[in-house]
Amino acid sequence: MSGEIFFAAAGMGRKARGQALVAKDGFSARYDLDRVRGVFSRPDHNLAGERYAGRVLVLDAAKGGVATAWMLHEMKARGVMPAALVLNAVNPIMVQGAAFADFTMISGFDRDITQAIANGAWVEVDPTGERPFIRVTQSSA
Amino acid sequence: MKLTDEEQALRTGAFGRAAQWAIEHQIKVGDYLGARDFVAVSQAHVMADTESLGLAGVEWLEHLARLPAQERRVRIPTITDPRGTDFAAAHRLKQQPWMLDLERRAIAALEALGLLMTNTCINYQTIMPPVLGEHVAYGDTGVVIYCNSVCGARSNFEGGPSALAAALTGRTPRYGYHLAERRQATLVVNVGFTPRELNDWGALGGIVGRLAGDYWQVPAVVGIERVPTSDEMKHFGAALASYGSVALFHMAGITPEARRLDEVLAPGRTVRSHDVGEADIREFQESYAEAIESVDVVVFSAPQLSLIEMAQVAGMLAGRRAQIPLLVVTSPQVKADADRMGLTARIEEAGGTVLSGMCFYQSYAREMAEANGWRRLATNSAKLVNIIGGYGYRPALMSMQACIDAACNGGRIAP
Repeated sequence: MSGEIFFAAAGMGRKARGQALVAKDGFSARYDLDRVRGVFSRPDHNLAGERYAGRVLVLDAAKGGVATAWMLHEMKARGVMPAALVLNAVNPIMVQGAAFADFTMISGFDRDITQAIANGAWVEVDPTGERPFIRVTQSSA
Repeated sequence: MKLTDEEQALRTGAFGRAAQWAIEHQIKVGDYLGARDFVAVSQAHVMADTESLGLAGVEWLEHLARLPAQERRVRIPTITDPRGTDFAAAHRLKQQPWMLDLERRAIAALEALGLLMTNTCINYQTIMPPVLGEHVAYGDTGVVIYCNSVCGARSNFEGGPSALAAALTGRTPRYGYHLAERRQATLVVNVGFTPRELNDWGALGGIVGRLAGDYWQVPAVVGIERVPTSDEMKHFGAALASYGSVALFHMAGITPEARRLDEVLAPGRTVRSHDVGEADIREFQESYAEAIESVDVVVFSAPQLSLIEMAQVAGMLAGRRAQIPLLVVTSPQVKADADRMGLTARIEEAGGTVLSGMCFYQSYAREMAEANGWRRLATNSAKLVNIIGGYGYRPALMSMQACIDAACNGGRIAP
């Protein structure tokens, strides 16, 4: 529903807007992405085949290895990256990667954020205040 | 975060611009994750292969490397994770000159920062294992989980930039597994089957990883009937870290912080429990091998092979010949011993290729697949199976013996 707002426990980076790409699945730049083509490439990922550039990814938890810490920076340099990451749970690698790349990320909600945001909804993410949040600006069609 | 006088000085640039960047980065990370202060670390292990770094990351390292020597050097012993190639064998993998050029640039920059180019993910078997209670800043999830769980060291997953930051400041934010209270078990896994083969240990790790679910979960495994070897712990831990993003496990009666299960269960706290049996381990492996009758390449990697595993591969190849590419990946430290002891020659005379200082999935796996026509891959590493699907491969998880049989039978997998 447009106008709904969900507060996160922590955030970093700048304000971002985009269309949400939502799944009850994890996120790892190494395991899940074809970073050249900008698509989810792990066959059993719920977003397999989906393009992620410019989208606000709303996913469950950070997964996988340490490579994401470098890869977010590399993806940003090439301009093929999500607009923001919104996660139920982070691991240190996602935090380190977002800090290194100056990337927008918020995490930690009082509900399952992948159930709260509809796939395709337009959202804004604001990690800059005392209480970081994601707000639905336009419901999905 | 509460900062000491020295940490304040690091912030002002008194120790140079590299350390100034490093402490600012660490404060950002520490603030996000709720760290109250820093903890001194004795070693760092940096993952920085060029497939992850990309050109942007290499240029960033070169920027640091151009600083004056007194401003850029690491402050504690700092070693490296595998690189993206073995220069001596790159042509056999059909890696491209641009990949090697980028690797050379990254190596030169890392050396200028004072890193020891160990190029290994099995430093706990070959370099200097940490001791119980030692705070370290390790990259590579397999290194972290082994050193936390089997050695009793204290580390979080430190991605390349953060491990390098720790190396430059000699400390890391005190959160997660640097804190005793975070090291208590959050779930118990009752195991009714003690694995025998390395792939079975990896499969068990994968299952426990899926059950655990995220970084902040600490599984306590109960029911393992004998003390696993270092290689078995290596495959179990690497898969657990890979499937679950888990950084610490306990094995009741075996690992040092869980001589008894109640040592890692907080009094009065109830944790969830799960049962895992032999059928679960078989089902896990069969889910990957389904509908694969033959493979294009056999890979032993992830983690790099110990000297003992190298000897096992050489023994299983005796009197046989691989008919498809058989890649055997180890560390530079083990490779030197394997050369000296004739293991490398025995593997290569049987048609295998021994690679050193790299890791298969960190070495432009997608480009290697396209250049060599590799799509279906057999391995005994559950970790590799979990990762390599994202690079376009169809993997099968099998025992070391079954992998070698497949390699010597033109890739055909025995039914």
